[in-house]
Amino acid sequence: MTGSDTTHLLDVRGLVTAFDTSDGVVRAVDGVDFHVAEGETVALVGESGCGKSVTALSILRLVQAPAGRIVAGRIELGGTNLLELPEVEMRKVRGAKIAMIFQEPMTSLNPVLTVGYQIAEAVRLHRGLSRSDAWKEAVRVLELVEMPDAAERAASYPHQLSGGMRQRVMIAMALSCDPRLLIADEPTTALDVTIQAQILELLDSLRARLGMALLLITHDLGVVAERAERVLVMYAGRVIEEGPVDAVFADPHHPYTRGLLRSVPRLGRERGPLATIPGVVPKLNALPKGCRFRDRCDAAVAECASVDPALAPLGQGRRVACIVAAAHGGLRW
Amino acid sequence: MLSYLAKRLAGFVPLLLGISFVSFLVMAMAPGTPVDLMTDLNPKASPEARERLEKFYGLDQPLYVQYGLWLGRIVKGDLGTSFSRDRRPVLDKITEALPITLFLNVLDLTLILGLAIPIGIYSASRQYSLVDRATTVFVFVGFAMPSFWVALLAMMLFGEQLGWLPISGLRSLDYDSMSLLGQIGDRIRHLILPVGIAALTGLAGLSRYMRSSMLEVLRQDYIQTARAKGLSERVVVYRHALRNALLPVVTILGLSIPGLIGGSVIAETIFAIPGMGRLFYTSVLMRDYPVVMGITLIGAVLTLFGNLLADLMYVAVDPRLRNR
Repeated sequence: MTGSDTTHLLDVRGLVTAFDTSDGVVRAVDGVDFHVAEGETVALVGESGCGKSVTALSILRLVQAPAGRIVAGRIELGGTNLLELPEVEMRKVRGAKIAMIFQEPMTSLNPVLTVGYQIAEAVRLHRGLSRSDAWKEAVRVLELVEMPDAAERAASYPHQLSGGMRQRVMIAMALSCDPRLLIADEPTTALDVTIQAQILELLDSLRARLGMALLLITHDLGVVAERAERVLVMYAGRVIEEGPVDAVFADPHHPYTRGLLRSVPRLGRERGPLATIPGVVPKLNALPKGCRFRDRCDAAVAECASVDPALAPLGQGRRVACIVAAAHGGLRW
Repeated sequence: MLSYLAKRLAGFVPLLLGISFVSFLVMAMAPGTPVDLMTDLNPKASPEARERLEKFYGLDQPLYVQYGLWLGRIVKGDLGTSFSRDRRPVLDKITEALPITLFLNVLDLTLILGLAIPIGIYSASRQYSLVDRATTVFVFVGFAMPSFWVALLAMMLFGEQLGWLPISGLRSLDYDSMSLLGQIGDRIRHLILPVGIAALTGLAGLSRYMRSSMLEVLRQDYIQTARAKGLSERVVVYRHALRNALLPVVTILGLSIPGLIGGSVIAETIFAIPGMGRLFYTSVLMRDYPVVMGITLIGAVLTLFGNLLADLMYVAVDPRLRNR
């Protein structure tokens, strides 16, 4: 499960994605390193604006030019650096080898095309099926995602479906070409709580059945604990902690991860105000020198103001970007 | 669907009654009557002659009686007879002018749509490119210049100084003695300026509108979904974005249908084209009530049908509006 010796399905190294804004160039993703092994579920967590979604879009090279662009790094899929592929080849990766589902099912489907058409379109493109065979395939994947009356629903337009059903359509579309990696960007955030559980359960069972890897982007730590094997914690454009979910949750090394876990309400714990992390996320164009978390950190030492900590391995598949934690060898806080 | 259509059509009746009554009222309240225009400059016209004329045209009756009489004729399909010296039926005058205006405006609109939509799409999908910037400049210049002024400038340049194109009418004096090919060429030469000017000014607005509509659509989530599927940018733009971006343009199309028939008063007057616009203009000046009312009525009917057609087009393009 550490997966450090086996070849990884996806390997992201030193990824930097920048955007031109009216306040100058902002690095929304600033040197991100991680990998995803075949068939594994990795959770990418962090607050809004920490660079989770931009990381996902960068993997598919969908960051919109000219304002946004990938400045540095490598994104290797099965040994091929996606950042060096010509656009035509990259299109054969999108939807076929890496598929993505988005946060907002209400707006992620084209309102003027039937959902069956939108699924069949991907099938025709990547698998070269005829129009009618692709339609049958669309119905089949709709059945796979447990869409009631799939054959009938395929002819529906998005506005005729509920949010949960639309997200099932998005999942069906993503799975239709049998991708090796599915990126799910907050797939349940916009849904009702009861539907959330169903969709996550569905994603999990399909992942296991189809043997694909899942990169689950979320800010819901409960979802992470239940579904993921490994977790990556992002803060201000960097991955600051990485490790197996159980270990990280039981014993967080980075002060930010610790703060995040403390601020989750738990049943049966004593009442009183929830713990919070003091301060706010720094603006990406005005990051403090040294460690970007130090202003909000309760463990900061003088050195933190000068050293920008790199993600350092601590053994057992764990890595942390904190000089204090690293100096303690990942000791308990 | 059929009951919807029937409901809409039934709704036209009170609307048309209202429109025609208000038009009738406004026209009657406008200073000057046809009789004034016929007699004021004639020193021999006696008060008795005026009375005779008023009686002849039915203008001595109270307004509501006049309207009632007019309405009674309309119901029978009779638009009445022109007050002008030729005394021709209104319907004849309109059927003479209508094809000319219709032909010109359909040509204009086809040209405008055929150019504006591709320009808008191109500018939007390559925002801030050289072509986009160039069309932006062109559009603002086109917007800023009134069409009649551009028309006059173009007449001066192409008609007077260069002498390339005729500046008025639709045919040359020796049209009838030309060969068929010569007649077609002559007709085209006459059309270039009026159609070109109308298209130029119409193009500016519509291409800008198309561009902003397209830009708005290209920002939508479903466009990202389409790209994430691996579709080429071409398919994304033309299959996924275009139909959504055309929705607002349909409204403009619907609104331009009455203009197709009404014609442009200014353009037809400047270029001396005997179309509906010019007929309306001269009829208003002459207080030719039956012709003015006839054109107003036809304009109103066509406006209503234009709106209905736009609504139906909406339903055809946007599935969200179906099953109502």
